[in-house]
Amino acid sequence: MVTLTINGTKVQAEEGSTILEVARFYGIDIPTLCYHDELTPYGACRLCMVEIDDGRRTRLVASCLYPVKEGIKVKTNTERVVKKRKLILELLLARCPNSKTLQDLASEMGLEQVRFKMENEDCILCGLCVRMCAEQMGSGAIGFVGRGQKREVVTPFRVASEICRNCGACMYICPVVELQCRGVKSPGEICNSCLVFTPRCLEKYGQVMCTLDSCGACVEKEEK
Amino acid sequence: MKKIRTSQELKALRNSLLQRRDPNKPCVRVCLGTGCRARGSADVVEAFTNEIKKQDLEIQVDCKQTGCHGFCERGPVVVIRPKEIFYQRVKPHDVPEIVSKTLLNGEVVDSLLYTDPASGQKVLYEYEVPFYKKQARLVLANNGRIDPTNIFDYIAIGGYQALAKAITTMSCEEVIDTVEKSGLRGLGGGGFPTGRKWRLCRKAPGDVKFVIGNGDEGDPGAFSDRSLMEANPHSILEGMIIGAYAIGANQGYLYVRAEYPLALKHLQIAIDQAREYGFLGNNIFNSGFNLDIKINRGGGAFVCGESSALVASIESKMGEPRAKYIHTVERGLWNKPTNINNVKTWASVPLIINNGADWYAKIGTEKSKGTAIFSLVGKVNNTGLVEVPMGTPLKDIIYDIGGGILEGKKFKAVQTGGPSGGCIPEELLDLPVDFERLTEAGSMMGSGGMIVMDEDTCMVDVARYFLDFLQYESCGKCVPCREGIKRMLEIITDITAGRGKEEVLEILQELAEMVKDFSLCGLGQTAPNTVLSTLRYFRDEYNAHVRDKKCPAGICKDLIEYFILEDKCIGCGACLKLCSQKAIQGDPNKLHIIDHAKCIRCGICRDACPYEAIMVK
Amino acid sequence: MAESAPEYSKVDKIIESYSCEGSALIAILQEIENLYGYLPAWALRRVSEKLNVPMIQVYGVASFYDAFHLTPRGKHLIRVCLGTACYLRGSARVLEALEEELGIKNGETTPDLMFSLQSVHCVGACALAPVTVVGERYFDKMTPTKVRNVLRRVQSKNEKD
Repeated sequence: MVTLTINGTKVQAEEGSTILEVARFYGIDIPTLCYHDELTPYGACRLCMVEIDDGRRTRLVASCLYPVKEGIKVKTNTERVVKKRKLILELLLARCPNSKTLQDLASEMGLEQVRFKMENEDCILCGLCVRMCAEQMGSGAIGFVGRGQKREVVTPFRVASEICRNCGACMYICPVVELQCRGVKSPGEICNSCLVFTPRCLEKYGQVMCTLDSCGACVEKEEK
Repeated sequence: MKKIRTSQELKALRNSLLQRRDPNKPCVRVCLGTGCRARGSADVVEAFTNEIKKQDLEIQVDCKQTGCHGFCERGPVVVIRPKEIFYQRVKPHDVPEIVSKTLLNGEVVDSLLYTDPASGQKVLYEYEVPFYKKQARLVLANNGRIDPTNIFDYIAIGGYQALAKAITTMSCEEVIDTVEKSGLRGLGGGGFPTGRKWRLCRKAPGDVKFVIGNGDEGDPGAFSDRSLMEANPHSILEGMIIGAYAIGANQGYLYVRAEYPLALKHLQIAIDQAREYGFLGNNIFNSGFNLDIKINRGGGAFVCGESSALVASIESKMGEPRAKYIHTVERGLWNKPTNINNVKTWASVPLIINNGADWYAKIGTEKSKGTAIFSLVGKVNNTGLVEVPMGTPLKDIIYDIGGGILEGKKFKAVQTGGPSGGCIPEELLDLPVDFERLTEAGSMMGSGGMIVMDEDTCMVDVARYFLDFLQYESCGKCVPCREGIKRMLEIITDITAGRGKEEVLEILQELAEMVKDFSLCGLGQTAPNTVLSTLRYFRDEYNAHVRDKKCPAGICKDLIEYFILEDKCIGCGACLKLCSQKAIQGDPNKLHIIDHAKCIRCGICRDACPYEAIMVK
Repeated sequence: MAESAPEYSKVDKIIESYSCEGSALIAILQEIENLYGYLPAWALRRVSEKLNVPMIQVYGVASFYDAFHLTPRGKHLIRVCLGTACYLRGSARVLEALEEELGIKNGETTPDLMFSLQSVHCVGACALAPVTVVGERYFDKMTPTKVRNVLRRVQSKNEKD
């Protein structure tokens, strides 16, 4: 067992576990996008970056990958980290402005506007679908192809895959494409509907329609 | 072709080679490095071979092809031994004169000598050429002296002695101690203490270990690795074999970018020869130590210079880096302990073993020992390869060795460290070159590119250029690098096009800091350096672009205008003929005028004007 | 060179020369690229099959590196060096002139498959900046004005061969 400090609290952890695993175990929330506890961590979204002090110096590491070490002091929400996480969200929203997951995260972080030229992509290249297909479903029908700006998730030669079993796991695990935010009125806007302190459903229905998870019911119903 | 199994056998071979070679015998050394080759030095060699044959001098005169001498500006370079007479810009038609005058009569061909621009004097000997004189060539010392495809040349100058010494008289620990004590640091740019790296790799649990030589020099403008691999491949091999012995590795890889066909060729020849003579293979020097080295060609990706991406590439994957919280020395290639060093670092090792750690540690500064190697290019008079002790001031390199700024223009900045480095302004010209000082100034040592810029360079455009390069080369895995660099590039492109608003400089700074802190690998982490350093030292140039919509250096197309000088134009019409936009009007022999609305600022007219009558504002 | 018809024996020979080792994937692809000027789909499938490397990995590698191309290339490869030394001496304008003259953008091939245009970063001949390489020929101190001449020379040599 290893002893370390997270946000001032001394905690114990099994050797080989990551900071993220330990933090979540102790109920300390660190936002993630490309992480899933049933898949190998990928470290691509960089939302889970935290500050660690290992006795010699302070540095920033991805908590989903960094193995806990004896005596390290972890800080998950320093100004340095929080400000930059917001910028990551802003960049992702500029790419996929209608993703409900991204919109909700943006609301939570207090992001107010997207200052970049808007695009309209469906994928944040988090790789969850790729890892799901390879690791959980044992297929490997899709993967990353291309470099840099040309990077995308496709099948070989972009034709129907011979090994895809149509299980739908890739769609299930996707944090972005499946759930679309329908409250955004113009590109670059942060909707905020689902996470406002007084949800609209309270006025409309006399009670709050969701308890723990944002359901979007207020938005859908209004559109109808 | 018996294998060399003991130091005595090596010594005997060396002595017999030296006996057979007459140091006073006239020898023509022609540089066949890529730079000189591109200027036709292969034809020069052919001309010499033919002329020597024609004049029946084959017994009296040797003709040797060497690798890159380093003074590429003056290529093709030819050095005549034994006096070391230095001829530059040699063409095939010069060869008969050289043979009859210099080789036969000891006379000098004046027109081919190098003229020192500072003194106006002609220089006779290679070691007196100011470009070389001020250098301390250790790693590059033998680049122009040996035929890189002939192992005997390498042995004759003392090659593989260090290997013999290390394997037969030193323990693995002693070798590591020596390298550590010398203070050698990674010359690929990271500057990690080499001895310490080796020690960590040696300590890592596991029987199977690897050593890798990184020859993927992807920095545009850097060619020191290329030069070394082409000109002295055995020095790299010797270093790797010593390192593998010390660490306990039995397989090595040389990762060389595919764009260096000559380096690949020479390295393969060297490996084959080393195997032939027993320096690679089984039971090296009868020690029971086995090692083989394979060459892996890069597929063409700058990011593969980063060690974890390099490993992925050797593993037949896409060159995507991984977080290095678990170091490559513990789990690298195929998850085994792997020691990766730049080829220059490997080549430094035999020198250290031969001359001792103290000898090396005396050179350089307190924290940066030994020499630094730069590809000095850009707006300097003397472009080429430079090796100087760490701690040499930038000024000395640029002016004493580089010969000052081209065409007498004004120095503006020097970029070190390639796309991962930063721009250093005039006020810091006294900066001594070492790892720490360069990093403090906002740049870095990197892989040794040193690009000199003059007053006609737009620093905003330079930042844009490097961001464009890094965007293209980014693997795309992590958000900060892929999205962050993209948006920084968008902003900077807007700025160069005059579309930048005041707030963008703040957003640019914010993005730069985030990309630096949050990126997964060294490419992303250092990508903002050019932006950050130019914002730091050349803020007023950014302001001019953003506030005044002007480009002071006259480069950014949308912010400049071409116009014809009334007092210089004679109306020859050369510009009018070439203008693809029909933007130039004028009657013959009368002043011509450019229509700014039609002009696309391609610059063809300015190139074509014989009277320098076209200017940029 | 247009799309090539399957020549399995040739590709098999290459794969076998590397003892069908998966770790030689990139080297094998390089040889196939040298042979055909690009990586035909049928060849990639064959490689995946014989090396027992997942198709998605082979396809990913083929898409990642600059040395590999998934569509046929032109007979003459024009590489404009945009390395820093060349860029500072105006090679970007040379690239623009070539794009204009050939009617294609950087990275593309002319419809008649005669020319492919590619910017590269540093061919290691910085003293000759700006450098453009056509096939194996180096053209030094290139300017937009010289572009038409260079293309003409390449074309006429082509007709002679």
